Amino acid sequence: MLLPPDLSVSLRVERPLLPVRPRTPPRAPFCFSPSRLRFHRQHEFFEDGDIHRHLYLQDILTNVTEVTERSKVSEFCCHIVGCCQVFDTLEGYEHHYNTLHRNMCSFCKRSFPSVHLLDTHILEWHDSLFQIMAEKQNMYQCLVEGCAEKFKSSKDRKDHLVKVHLYPSDFRFDKPKKAKNSTKNNKPSSKLDVSMPMDVNVETYEQSQVDSMEICPSESVENPTQPMSGPISSLQEKKLYKSRIPSTVCFGQGASRGFKSMKKKV
Amino acid sequence: MWSRRSCRYRPDASGLEELRARRREQESALRKARRQQQLVSKRLLREEVNGDGQAGVEIAAEPLSEQEVLQLLRDVQRGREERKKLLSRLRQGLQHKETQQKFVRLEGSMRVLIGLFTSSLANIQMEAARCLHELSHSCDPAVAEACLPATSYLLTYLSGHSVEFTELCLYTLGNLAVESDAVRKQLLPQGIIPALASCIQSPHVAVLEGLGYVLSQLLQATEAPTKIIPLVLDSVLPQHMLRLVSSNLELGMGVAVEFAWCLHYIVCSHVNNALLISQGIVSTLVLLLLELASVMSKAATEGLELLICPVLRCLSNLLVEDETEGCKVQIQDERLLVALFLFMQYFLQQHPFLVQECLWLLNNLTADEPFFCSAVLTLDLLPALLQLLSCSRMVTLLALTVLCNIAEKGPAYCYQLHQKAVLPSLLSTLALSDAQVVGQSLELLHLLFLHLPEAADDFLSQAGLQALEQHQDNPQLQERVRALSETYLQPAAASLISCAGASAAVLPSS
Repeated sequence: MLLPPDLSVSLRVERPLLPVRPRTPPRAPFCFSPSRLRFHRQHEFFEDGDIHRHLYLQDILTNVTEVTERSKVSEFCCHIVGCCQVFDTLEGYEHHYNTLHRNMCSFCKRSFPSVHLLDTHILEWHDSLFQIMAEKQNMYQCLVEGCAEKFKSSKDRKDHLVKVHLYPSDFRFDKPKKAKNSTKNNKPSSKLDVSMPMDVNVETYEQSQVDSMEICPSESVENPTQPMSGPISSLQEKKLYKSRIPSTVCFGQGASRGFKSMKKKV
Repeated sequence: MWSRRSCRYRPDASGLEELRARRREQESALRKARRQQQLVSKRLLREEVNGDGQAGVEIAAEPLSEQEVLQLLRDVQRGREERKKLLSRLRQGLQHKETQQKFVRLEGSMRVLIGLFTSSLANIQMEAARCLHELSHSCDPAVAEACLPATSYLLTYLSGHSVEFTELCLYTLGNLAVESDAVRKQLLPQGIIPALASCIQSPHVAVLEGLGYVLSQLLQATEAPTKIIPLVLDSVLPQHMLRLVSSNLELGMGVAVEFAWCLHYIVCSHVNNALLISQGIVSTLVLLLLELASVMSKAATEGLELLICPVLRCLSNLLVEDETEGCKVQIQDERLLVALFLFMQYFLQQHPFLVQECLWLLNNLTADEPFFCSAVLTLDLLPALLQLLSCSRMVTLLALTVLCNIAEKGPAYCYQLHQKAVLPSLLSTLALSDAQVVGQSLELLHLLFLHLPEAADDFLSQAGLQALEQHQDNPQLQERVRALSETYLQPAAASLISCAGASAAVLPSS
């Protein structure tokens, strides 16, 4: 066998353990007995260390380290066909890509914030088998990660989200597939007109159309005209844009909505 | 975060003094908060870029009036001007508490902000996220709680892939989580723990550090032992925490620091440490300490104490786990001892709090098992230990306790202690006024005299009796002083005299 030459030496190299006398209880008036100490979380023993930790959190410990500068590169364009958004930092591009292109439904071109939501969308919207199965069993999966509940309808799922998971009832990523022509309540507001759309003018557009649980890339489109077919060429869109959108910015993907009719927006 | 921290000030001499004064003030505020069990801190992620894109101190913008906030929001909604610029202006204004308060009081403002936050336009979304982050950092609870409607979206976005955006969401969540019980009562049912459990598999250091931060904030909650820690232990989070606490040291310690504190909050709550032990927490942490001790002498070690401190605490608390649970922890690596003493030597001047934390672990290591008691002696670490007897009260007390642990093991140990000059150090501690310190010294003397009679003789010859006598009227100490005198010292003195007499009789008179 190929053993190292000094192996047997290490049998002897154990550091000697001094012989121990068996433990006896302490003799009065002496009271010491060795014991492992335990401190609870709020014990004052921890005070100094905890303070140090919190000083770090509050950034009061002055550490002189260099801030990593955001590297600027020369302007470049998004590589996705039809999208010509321009960037000058890699992080900016990464964020754009992740928001608009990464979790995109190839059927209807909608974007989602996560793979999980995308998968759920495809299942519920584009899987013909789903509708059939949904008639017989609970198929609508809860959107919260880690919750395995399933429901027989989109509405039931929404109720669950609101009641159990304390989600807002207007959670943006859970809009039902059926058309809902509910307009926002036009309560007169002295401060901000809340019924005003939040995303350019698209909110109103979305409201009056079939909504879905996703971020629609065409949100940025102000005046979509064509129903379905394919992505509208960006040039055509541009003509419809109000002049406030700079011409270097285009949001690609067109207004293809799949199977819904699209009302022209004023 | 670690690598992002910059020197916010470039102070001159007077600026430096101002900085120190500020730090002292904040430190005493934190101490006061802790004593009231209200120690809460938030983190701020704020880009510091001035006009030409260079890192530097951001020129603080003025706060905004209510009308200005309203106008900004209206303009953003209508898409007038470049929305990103408008949002930037809002964000800068939101650095001020008054603007924050005005903002949340405006009806519909939060709704608009959340709408922008969920926009598909990446740069708008980012800027809105920064506004939200500023609000989350507010010291006004009303402001932070106004962010509650955003939490479901913050959690949804944790599964995204944009590093900077995810990081921002995490720190915003962390700030909100620590705000109040009400906030956590919403975050938990919204699935924050499963969301974090997925997110922890991200390879990005910035994301991981942010995640550690959120978790550490959740785990500090008073209801954590009952409501939060069981959920965490039930998930995949613990094994990832153990992985992350000892990795990435080359990339910077930010991640390890956060998860080390998470582990400390879990371990010191004693909810289910057996689970962590079964996942190998003890060996992971011991190896981590060994690595840190060897790194310490070489590279820049700024902030090392922030990592070492919680790890020491974990090990000390883990050593206390009951035998009945079937998980009595035993460590048999004497290199740990070496590491502890290296830490103590290194941090004695700058961060003395770490010395007492090391000694706590040393106590728990030496209390029951003779292995480490023996190692202290055979590795010749006693002189260093004796040096600690002249430090702060807590350090002296703990060092004495460790010495008692060693002496209690028997005559062989006492012999070594005596050989290596423990008595002179004890004489110094006997001169102190603190009753507890003196009391512990008396316990040590008792153990020495019990196992090693000749120690009593030497003690006498070093004027020990006089050292004792100054305490004979102290009610906390007098019984033990008398016991020592009567049991060991007076008989020793008597035999000395009789010896002297006997030898005088034997010697021929000159």
